[in-house]
Amino acid sequence: MKNPFEKLDKVLEHRMRLQILSVLVANEAYDFNSLKELLDVTDGNLATHIKALEREKYIATNKSFIDRKPNTRYKVTEKGRSAFRKHLDALEEVVKQQRK
Amino acid sequence: MNDPEKDIEAIRSLMERSVKFLSLSGLSGILSGVYASVGAAIAYYLLYYPRSVFQYRIESIQDQSVLTELLIVAMIVLAASLVTGYQLSKRKAQKVNMSIWNPTSRRLMLNLATPLFTGGIFILILLYNGQFGIAAPACLIFYGLALLNASDNLFDEIRYLAYSEIVVGLLGAAFPGYGLLLWFTGFGLLHIVYGAMMYKKYDA
Repeated sequence: MKNPFEKLDKVLEHRMRLQILSVLVANEAYDFNSLKELLDVTDGNLATHIKALEREKYIATNKSFIDRKPNTRYKVTEKGRSAFRKHLDALEEVVKQQRK
Repeated sequence: MNDPEKDIEAIRSLMERSVKFLSLSGLSGILSGVYASVGAAIAYYLLYYPRSVFQYRIESIQDQSVLTELLIVAMIVLAASLVTGYQLSKRKAQKVNMSIWNPTSRRLMLNLATPLFTGGIFILILLYNGQFGIAAPACLIFYGLALLNASDNLFDEIRYLAYSEIVVGLLGAAFPGYGLLLWFTGFGLLHIVYGAMMYKKYDA
């Protein structure tokens, strides 16, 4: 059998990226500040990982202004959704194999 | 390499936390049930006293002033429940350093508001046309539908509360003479029972 570790998505091996994607898969859209509060992380840290996900086109960004304050909303793309699902399947396989 | 079991756990917890409005307190359910019970007791005094509440009412409300008083009681119960719900949710959110206003609560509000406003306008039209008998059950039905519509963003128990409200509302529409008793069951009793269940499970 093939090594299930190889099927894991390299981009999603950072837990925070996986967490960001989890929130976006479960919700239609989420804004930067709410994500920051939910994940309890710093601006810089969150921004770095969001950039990594954007680079892979796993998430799409929508910038707008509310009361002149910038409001950035993120959505998961189809590519991101399928990567998330595959990564989850791979994680499951890893867990199964470890239990054997 | 991360621990895959921890990854899966993190995913599960975040999906749940980001979708459900977890700040809702069971205590606000109990308290709004108490307010509704007090309101129902006042309504009983206005409508039935000294007859038994279990006696089927065959006459409808003719007196305009009684109707106004009933409406005021209902509005006070509604306002007190909303204020209590908001305050207790805010307190619960502050305890875990979360704000009460986030994408989840916004979606929750929108999902609740649509059926509630539709119901509110519908009931005003009923009252305007003198259809007093099914105004109380209509409150229950639209409230139940609103909860069902918002149940994705609420604790799972709320779905059963929603179904119960709809059933009680339909019973009320079939037996308008028991309108007050069923209104008390739906807004008083059910809120206290479900609120206590949720308080035990999520707050304590």
